[in-house]
Amino acid sequence: MASVTNPSTVSTGSPTGKALREATFTAVMTFLMFALFIGLKTDQNMRNELILVPRWGMLAILVVLAFVGRFAMVAWLQPWRAASKAAKAEAPTVDEEAGFVKRNFSKLAILALVLYPPIILALFGAQGSLKYIDNFGIQILIYVMLAWGLNIVVGLAGLLDLGYVAFYAVGAYSYALLSINFGFSFWILLPLAGILSAFWGIILGFPVLRLKGDYLAIVTLAFGEIIRLVLINWQDVTKGTFGISGIPKITLFGIPFDASPNGFAKIFHLAPSSAYYKVFLFYLILLLCLLTAFVTIRLRRLPIGRAWEALREDEIACRSLGINTVTTKLTAFAIGAMFGGFAGSFFAARQGFVSPESFVFLESAVILSIVVLGGMGSLTGIAIAAIAMVGGTELLREMDFLKAVFGPDFTPELYRMLIFGLAMITMMLVRPRGFVGSREPTAFLFERKNVSGSFTKEGHG
Amino acid sequence: MAADTLLKVEGVETFYGNIRALAGVDVEVKKGEIVSLIGANGAGKSTLMMTICGSPQARHGSVIFDGQDITRMPTHEIARLRIAQSPEGRRIFPRMTVYENLQMGASLDNQKFFQEDVEKMFTLFPRLKERQFQRGGTLSGGEQQMLAIARALMARPKLLMLDEPSLGLAPLVSKQIFAAIKLLNVEQGLTVFLVEQNAFAALKLSHRAYVLVNGSITMSGSGAELLANPEVRAAYLEGGAH
Ligand SMILES: Nc1ncnc2c1ncn2[C@@H]1O[C@H](COP(=O)(O)OP(=O)(O)OP(=O)(O)O)[C@@H](O)[C@H]1O
Ligand SMILES: [Mg+2]
Repeated sequence: MASVTNPSTVSTGSPTGKALREATFTAVMTFLMFALFIGLKTDQNMRNELILVPRWGMLAILVVLAFVGRFAMVAWLQPWRAASKAAKAEAPTVDEEAGFVKRNFSKLAILALVLYPPIILALFGAQGSLKYIDNFGIQILIYVMLAWGLNIVVGLAGLLDLGYVAFYAVGAYSYALLSINFGFSFWILLPLAGILSAFWGIILGFPVLRLKGDYLAIVTLAFGEIIRLVLINWQDVTKGTFGISGIPKITLFGIPFDASPNGFAKIFHLAPSSAYYKVFLFYLILLLCLLTAFVTIRLRRLPIGRAWEALREDEIACRSLGINTVTTKLTAFAIGAMFGGFAGSFFAARQGFVSPESFVFLESAVILSIVVLGGMGSLTGIAIAAIAMVGGTELLREMDFLKAVFGPDFTPELYRMLIFGLAMITMMLVRPRGFVGSREPTAFLFERKNVSGSFTKEGHG
Repeated sequence: MAADTLLKVEGVETFYGNIRALAGVDVEVKKGEIVSLIGANGAGKSTLMMTICGSPQARHGSVIFDGQDITRMPTHEIARLRIAQSPEGRRIFPRMTVYENLQMGASLDNQKFFQEDVEKMFTLFPRLKERQFQRGGTLSGGEQQMLAIARALMARPKLLMLDEPSLGLAPLVSKQIFAAIKLLNVEQGLTVFLVEQNAFAALKLSHRAYVLVNGSITMSGSGAELLANPEVRAAYLEGGAH
């Protein structure tokens, strides 16, 4: 981009003039595009007639936003990026300088997450912290876990799965039904839900063994919908669209989080508050996330993990190297589904309520977008993407001041998908491989030092 | 030359749907031999190689490897019998590093010999050592070909099958590749079954060779015999590199 704009900047002299022209053009285009969509709204009046309500104010805001945005981009952002690019080219960056944070990034991130609840509690008190721990903490971590689980299927094994939410649903309903009907505790049902989901992962895996790419995507999409429709229609067991409520909470080694005499608060002589349960849930999902990450990292170094990655790259080559592609695919589906099941049973326990509403295709799409945005295979990238997407949604809910601009009817979270879409397009333009786009090799972790050695010797070879 | 038969292909017919790509092929490869298969585009050379590996499987006829009938065996099990293949178009893993590609080649074996074998590959192809932490997809065509052969060798194969190892390579590089094949054969007694477009180089290298035309073997003999044969000269060697 910079190479295109640079010569023209030179020829016209001032970047400001060019920015003004481009911004005006953008504003006009915005006006033309949105004049009918935003500028006029159809409504019904008292006599049920269709009338046109003009919304010129909102249109004007959009046009101004487009103008300012384009102006800022051309006048400041592009020269700045060109300049920083040139600076980078001049002075090759020394990696060791920025090393510490980068090298210990995951450790620092885990430490920050562990410290997050006490810090928030100290800052906002028991009541005020609920929002931050629940909406921003637990909610995001659930998606991190789901995305990491799906990453095994999509990012590592390269099997495009559009129905991942089905396994989430299987996990959630397994916990809900088994705990209500049989009174099993969460700690028994968590692994059981994982196993059941893995089983369904294999059920899905068998028919799609010979499918690839778009065909595979369509079948998995259908699978997700089938599970949801079963949940809706098998009313005797699942109570259909009403959902299941009154799902038991999780206990800490048998200690319940309630106000009873042997509840958590009483035992530890704390003031009764619902915050403890939330903090407990936060640490639990954090642990589950770390388990997912740990297993993923370990598996990548084992033959099965490398077989997944090889499968993504070239199936024929895999077979001719003696890799059983059938079991490789099935284990990818099963293990990915298992983590979906873990997340599902946690979700059910946390909500205390499940219904098919929570397991629509949109959920699969969001999880998949997180994986893609994060850079297919990179755990760090996916975590960042989850924070951006889920945290972004939660932030939108908070933006009440927007009501002052767009009127009291304006509900920012309704624009979530629009913003997701824009964010996706921007990301794909700016970083086509996701936040962390390059796959990390697994093979030479203990030989890094040799690398630099052999590279410096390259001239002699 | 040892007389033991390592690979025996008998009356093999392979179909793609209703199209018969191989019409009763007989081929024999003895232990310690380099045998090459030459033929025009679309003759069925790659098909024969893939049929030996069980993908697609032969509809009629049989493939015997080391005394064992492998005609109906799944591909990955055939590979575990130590038939290593460098398929047409190389098919290395582009996003994995050179080193990881080599690991994939060794994955069926116990990893005991891994370090030793990697070193051997690096001596055979020093270029790969320089590039060992580079991603496969960013290698040049010739380097990728070296990697494909090296990856196949990592399985310590009893039979190495190469489909057009000189495809798209500069004459000098393909010469290096052929020299490497010869070296492996002479030093380690590696048995090689080779498909080649570069008939001249292949025939010079091979102990024996077969000519495949439209899914049938029309001629066979020692490399020198076929090189001297006027029909072969007319069909595959005229205007070639000499
Ligand atoms: N997957 C397939 N489906 C249908 N027909 C195929 C398939 N693969 C190969 N064929 C056909 O089988 C015949 C033999 O193909 P093959 O690839 O074995 O030729 P080849 O001798 O290796 O040729 P080349 O020298 O060009 O590589 C060709 O006519 C080809 O069109
Ligand atoms: Mg071919």
